[in-house]
Amino acid sequence: MRTSNFLTPKWLFSVALLLLLAVTPILSDIFDQAFYLSIATRILILTIAAISLNFILGYGGMISLGHAAFIGIGAYCVGIPIYHDYSSGWLHIFLAITVSALFALITGAISLRTKGVHFIMITMAFAQMAFFLFLSMDEYGGDDGLTIWYDSEFFSGIDIDNPTTFYYICFVSLILVMYLYHRLVASRFGRVIRGAKSNEKRMQALGYSTYNYRLVAYVISGAVCGYAGALMGNYTNFISPDMMGWTRSGELIFMVVLGGTATAFGPVFGVLSFLVLEEMLPNVMDMIHDGAGFYWHLPFGLILLFVVLFVRGGISGFLDRLGKR
Amino acid sequence: MKKALKAAVYGLFLTATPWLGTASAADSAPVKIGFVTTLTTPAAVIGNDMKNGFDLALEHIGGEMGGRKVDVFVEDDGFKPETGKQAADKLVTQEKVDFVTGFIWSHVLLASVKSVLDSDTFLISANAGPTQLAGKGCNKDFFSISWANDQIPMAMGEALNQEGIKSVYIMAPNYASGKDMMAAVEMTYKGEIKGRDMTKWGADTQLDFSAELSKAKASGADALWAFYPGKAGGAFVSQFMQAGLADTMKLYTVYTLDGISLPKMQEAGLTAALGSRGTQNWSPDMDNAANQKFVSDFLAKHGTYPSFYAQQAYDAVMLIKSAVDAVGGDLSDKDAVRAALVKADFASTRGKFKFGNNHFPIQDFYLREVVADSEGRWTTKIVSKIFTDHQDPHAVDCKM
Amino acid sequence: MDSALLITQLLNGLQLGILLFLLAAGLTLIFGIMDFINLAHGSFYMVGAYICGTLVVLLDSFVLGVLLAIPLTMAVGYVTEVLIARSLYLRDHLDHVLATFGIILIFDTVTHLIWGAEGMVIPLPDWLNGQITVSETIQLPSYRIAIISVGLLVAAGMYYVVSKTRLGMLIRAGASNRTMVQALGVDIKVLFSLVFAAGAAIAGVAGMMISPITGASIGMGNDIIIVAFVVIIIGGIGSIKGAFVGALIVGMIDTLGRSYLDQLLKLFMNTETAETAAPAISAMLIYILMAIILAVRPQGLFPPKVR
Repeated sequence: MRTSNFLTPKWLFSVALLLLLAVTPILSDIFDQAFYLSIATRILILTIAAISLNFILGYGGMISLGHAAFIGIGAYCVGIPIYHDYSSGWLHIFLAITVSALFALITGAISLRTKGVHFIMITMAFAQMAFFLFLSMDEYGGDDGLTIWYDSEFFSGIDIDNPTTFYYICFVSLILVMYLYHRLVASRFGRVIRGAKSNEKRMQALGYSTYNYRLVAYVISGAVCGYAGALMGNYTNFISPDMMGWTRSGELIFMVVLGGTATAFGPVFGVLSFLVLEEMLPNVMDMIHDGAGFYWHLPFGLILLFVVLFVRGGISGFLDRLGKR
Repeated sequence: MKKALKAAVYGLFLTATPWLGTASAADSAPVKIGFVTTLTTPAAVIGNDMKNGFDLALEHIGGEMGGRKVDVFVEDDGFKPETGKQAADKLVTQEKVDFVTGFIWSHVLLASVKSVLDSDTFLISANAGPTQLAGKGCNKDFFSISWANDQIPMAMGEALNQEGIKSVYIMAPNYASGKDMMAAVEMTYKGEIKGRDMTKWGADTQLDFSAELSKAKASGADALWAFYPGKAGGAFVSQFMQAGLADTMKLYTVYTLDGISLPKMQEAGLTAALGSRGTQNWSPDMDNAANQKFVSDFLAKHGTYPSFYAQQAYDAVMLIKSAVDAVGGDLSDKDAVRAALVKADFASTRGKFKFGNNHFPIQDFYLREVVADSEGRWTTKIVSKIFTDHQDPHAVDCKM
Repeated sequence: MDSALLITQLLNGLQLGILLFLLAAGLTLIFGIMDFINLAHGSFYMVGAYICGTLVVLLDSFVLGVLLAIPLTMAVGYVTEVLIARSLYLRDHLDHVLATFGIILIFDTVTHLIWGAEGMVIPLPDWLNGQITVSETIQLPSYRIAIISVGLLVAAGMYYVVSKTRLGMLIRAGASNRTMVQALGVDIKVLFSLVFAAGAAIAGVAGMMISPITGASIGMGNDIIIVAFVVIIIGGIGSIKGAFVGALIVGMIDTLGRSYLDQLLKLFMNTETAETAAPAISAMLIYILMAIILAVRPQGLFPPKVR
């Protein structure tokens, strides 16, 4: 653990990145590129979700292939009340956090009895159930999804429909979530979670109920992801069961691994690179050959394979090695 | 998309050097049209056909409207509402287009509509016609060149009455449009409904209909009515044949047999499609000058009959051109452009065409049958007219 | 309840079960022996369907097309194993999930490049396109019977290879105790490649069988592979017997749920609620089943004896 030396490339890079994210609205305004502000907002929201997944996956070794369900639940906790004209943002956030925490508690209590591939598959199964549940709710659009015609309302005077205001709400949320997890990882709780990943028997011998600790970690993760979902609902103004499909959960895992698991800044790097790749690859390919952009999944898949096979520790690990050189 | 990147680079230069601004060059700058359709996933076959119709229209008008060149920005919705919404966002915030058109799917359109209308851009749907936007949710800047989703199945129910069908079994996918279709047929059909099935749709679409077809067979209904767009259509007809239903039940479909699916079915020898009937507001054999030019040029260029997706994209371009022409290319006065759009002063491939108060068309609906043309190619032919000057039932809820 | 209908539905459930078994068999062996989670196993199902469809149209013979497509799909599986999968066996499950997710993207896009986005309709010969009359009220589509027969034949073949041959002994040993096989001095790399390629070919057969019914399309394997995973988890990972029983259970529950759940629900709720709830619940049934089985019997119904 490096705590003293702040002048490593990784720290410089991370700080520069946070600064850049802090001034993105100003840059986007100067260059009149509202579109990039929109992408940056998306990055912030997904990073919050990725951080919450990173805690249980990276530090706790629990590979959840169902985390997209929490994002979806959080988003529906905005969409459904607004559909019934309950516009209070506080209500939405309260619902998003409690409902996803509850879903995490119930599914986690069952899933955590299993390990390894069984855990991967059972978390996916629960997410599929949530997917089909929302798919069958005709009242709320079913498969067609639900358009959220206006945003959550907080204080009078704060209009989160304004992209810059909303961006800073997401930015502050991200900083708070990063701080929360920073404290959590360093706490005794965090040490038990990490210890249970590397040697569960030992932690049990020390008298810790690893099951309970894991369950709490899983519930926190679900709740934070649900919060990200509430932001996502306000961001896209549209929600559909599509958001909860298993491939979305897979993408979220990829973001975490791409950035580097079990690191503080990994999720930021991961989400950023993922979305930039997703945005740039089709454009770059179209420049090489018009129409080639439709096949951007091919290089994307190859990059994914390359990262898994050769880039140990993701981008974060790469920057660490850069520092040691 | 290449253009998108270029525009981004120019954008940087333009903002850095504001004195090069384009105020004086406004009328020579191109008219920008955003076109959202499905170009990936199996549904791309529909998107490509639609784009062929769109491109043919641009070709016919010489790539020009109201004395200005037309710049087209094509975006893929990936058959996903979320992706479609992102594409629409990009079109209005980054490219700052004047018109957004395209849209095959209702759910993609519903997801995108807020982004487009919030930015005061005209939105002209070239296929999707969600009923929400026809009634209370109608908007001054939204136009549908197609229909309200339930009109075609309403015509279907009425057609079944006229055909003297005593009982019917209904099958549709279990998603919002599927349910709307079912409700609409049931609204106008007066005979007995022997049973109905809704099959899994979406991420893991059910393409094996054996269980449902056995039930349909056991029900003893006179006819089977089905709604299976895209790849599901071929699978459905082939199993309809395998289950031996072709001899015992009449087949009626909506949005299932068209210029896209018929050549494939012909190739695979799915003869059950021949002679089956469905309702539509257009058919390639319609006898008017605009349609004949469109269909013959499309046939010459692509070797297949156009589908209604291509036809409506073609009409959408012609509608936009009529409005841009009417204001002499000056798009700064939105009210004037809107008024010109409402007039719909263009030669539609459907013959007569006019908008109702909710900016959805008031038009005729026909029963058409699948037949082989003089060269043996499968296509559709109009059998009879079901509705004349039909307006969707939601228009009364629209306060416009 | 109509008995003729019930028989047809049971047969349909059996057919779905057989197809799922063909997919699950390879999946469970690959997982049992190499400890490798292969999300991309469904890609071979798709590749098999496309290769077969192309050959059927080209050669104008369904049987010939299938027979030629099997070794070709096997070759695709072999190349995938040697180029990519092999270097992943020793990694953790997380890497497997990610890498095979990447492989799915690659297979899907390459298929798009080669065959276009629109999918493929595969014609059946007339002799398979008819009906077999069992009794006055029961008629069965002959192609369905063909699928079930082919599936059972493959299952029997696998049973023979796994339980009666030396190769099968190694596979069984590998599934229950990996290190033991290595200690026997067997060239483990060749065994792995063989199992992987064979699994791919069998998944391909499933794709070839289903494609005349549903058509071939991009991503067709991604939907069904999740169900195949449900099957092997219910059956117990690494067990062929488990895969067989699990596949039949899932096939039956899914099919019968789709057909009869609405009637079942109507017994204790009103018609409209039953009709809206039934499709959603029947879509969830297999996942509910899996969650229950995992909660009470985390190793599945037939776990391999030694681990």
